[in-house]
Amino acid sequence: MAESASIPSAASASPGSRSPLEFRDPARGRALIEAIARWTEDRQDDPVSIMHVCGSHEQAIARFGLRSVLPKGLRVITGPGCPVCVTDAPEVDEAVALAASGVRVLTYGDMLRVPGSDGSLDDARAEGARVEVVYSVAKAVEAAAARPGEEVVFFATGFETTAVATAAVLLRELPPNFSVLSAHKYIPPVMEIVAEMPGTRVEGFLAAGHAASITGWGVFEPFVARHEVPVAIGGFEPLDLLAGLAKLTERIRRGEPAVDNCFPRMVTREGNRRAQEQLWAVFEPAGGVWRGIARVPNGNLRLRERFAGRDARRRFAAEIAGARVPSGASREADACRCGDIMAGIATPPDCRLYGRPCTPATPIGACMVSAEGTCRIWSEYGETPLVEAAR
Amino acid sequence: MSRDDRIGLRHGAGGPAMRELVQSVFARGAGEARGDSVGLAQLDDGAALRVGDRWLVYTTDAHVVKPIFFPGGDIGRLAVSGTVNDLAMMGATEPLGLACAIVLEEGFERASLLRIQDSMERACAEAGTAIHTGDTKVMGRGEIDAVVITTTGVGFAERLVRDDGLRPGDEILVSGTIGDHGLAVLAERHALELRGALRSDTAPLNGLVAAALDAGGEAVAAMKDPTRGGVASALCEMAGKSGVGILLDESSLPVRPAVRAASELLGVDVLHVANEGKVVLGVRPEEAKRVLEALRAHPLGRDACRIGRCVGDSPGRVVLDTGFGRRLVAESDGELLPRIC
Repeated sequence: MAESASIPSAASASPGSRSPLEFRDPARGRALIEAIARWTEDRQDDPVSIMHVCGSHEQAIARFGLRSVLPKGLRVITGPGCPVCVTDAPEVDEAVALAASGVRVLTYGDMLRVPGSDGSLDDARAEGARVEVVYSVAKAVEAAAARPGEEVVFFATGFETTAVATAAVLLRELPPNFSVLSAHKYIPPVMEIVAEMPGTRVEGFLAAGHAASITGWGVFEPFVARHEVPVAIGGFEPLDLLAGLAKLTERIRRGEPAVDNCFPRMVTREGNRRAQEQLWAVFEPAGGVWRGIARVPNGNLRLRERFAGRDARRRFAAEIAGARVPSGASREADACRCGDIMAGIATPPDCRLYGRPCTPATPIGACMVSAEGTCRIWSEYGETPLVEAAR
Repeated sequence: MSRDDRIGLRHGAGGPAMRELVQSVFARGAGEARGDSVGLAQLDDGAALRVGDRWLVYTTDAHVVKPIFFPGGDIGRLAVSGTVNDLAMMGATEPLGLACAIVLEEGFERASLLRIQDSMERACAEAGTAIHTGDTKVMGRGEIDAVVITTTGVGFAERLVRDDGLRPGDEILVSGTIGDHGLAVLAERHALELRGALRSDTAPLNGLVAAALDAGGEAVAAMKDPTRGGVASALCEMAGKSGVGILLDESSLPVRPAVRAASELLGVDVLHVANEGKVVLGVRPEEAKRVLEALRAHPLGRDACRIGRCVGDSPGRVVLDTGFGRRLVAESDGELLPRIC
């Protein structure tokens, strides 16, 4: 892998603290968009298809209105990059069952309204269960310490970035009443699944910079060798993203797949060794279903035997076994195309529920619930051609 | 029982869910307001009745905030400012007086109550008004969370300013930095490390608004205080009711560095964050400069600036130019920022 000098990069590779404004310079953005236009000029009628696998990338694209200015020869599609969205209904059911049994369940705000088979944690809260939003696992531990007489479970969701935070906490001394219900997921295995899905024709992947800062970019080398599609590590400022897309379109045009680190101020080849050690000391990969996608071998992170005492699944096996039996999802939910959207096969407007009746205020699918979900982002930032009309 | 059968926090968040609730429950059958008066059906900041050649404006607001004391203010200052500001937004900048109902939880500390009362008196003095009457109730421990304060205000307006008076070409002004209140409260509530740098902007704005109206007169076409739901909700409502589009320039939005840092850290769009000491105004283009100068000459309007303009296209929509491209600004459902005010 090499950082090619043939396109303008988001910034030089030297690390150090910088103002994010440096990566929000519209003039440099235009130069990168021109570069993308050059690499895709022969693909006007058959756009190059690049998938990102991170809700934060979609958020940045929508937040900065990038889709309204990307060249016609490029189509950026969304992958399974929203950890909340891919949390499977039975995992939500476990958390709801715990809450219903009287255990205090703490979780990230986005998880509250994610539908399980029969209701969400928010529904359980409205019916009187003790469910609370926390901003970090550390806050969940504080809450447990403050209520020594009560069982407190942290319903842990998120990809490797967030899982590291959970792992670090579990390696510390903890109040005895604290345990974890892990729905953590690991991104690299799902990229394999998506790359091989028949309906998806992904020519390049934009990988998430924060996850790669943990795993290192080297983790993608076997993937590129196997599938012969390029991977670029991208950050979350508009110039980071555009630099990643420019590099990928160049690789695709030249037919030279490789891993490119377009987020060098944060990501190294090896990644964060200490974080990896903590992650794998606490978790082990296990197969599991990602909502709407498929069963992903090694895609889930479950607590190792050593942490059985902190594992809510084992600690409250009886309560969880009482999880409500799926009552048969409603017909509306059957029409939900979250799975296709997360697999890059469909965009939100392709779903007949999108916008009506499925809205941020009345979400039906998980993609509309989470701030990282594609449908929610498209609704909030109005990634539509209407925007062009307001010139 | 489905989630629609129960009231959720979103119904109090100042966004679409709350409007739907008010329309389908409270304004149902309210009918047309009498004559040219402004009532519940108009969903403005308050109500207005014509009295002779003037307007009697009145409004009421229940205040809950957690924590009740926060950097830059407390529930008392908030309760006075919120009601004074709702009057001012309709052009009643000299409140005749306030009424205050307070509900306390059993066990509430007397010292805290005195502190809140002092703060209310100070805010009243700043606004040139006073609390003339009130009511006190106490509920059992756990039956209410600490304290709820409801303030009601009345005042006369020579000219009623509505939130639906925008026309294409009007300039959109804001009286200062945005996002300060909501992020200060959020950071305090969750004891976030960065809270030292954040301060609520809670303040009575009637003096500032009077200065703007003196300078701009009829050219001040619409006003709103961007409280719950933030500048995004205020502008979406103004655009929707006026039938114009609003084009915002992101680079001109005034945001303090600490507020920007906190909003990025929390993944919150600063346009969705509550303000309690700011006003957004739509002003006819020929008078915009005069109004802006008047705002800046007032101590509460030093950071006032122009943030966008009204356009004829995309009626009812607010569009943000990010410098890279354009996107719509939608209203927040607000559920993750509950009970900011």
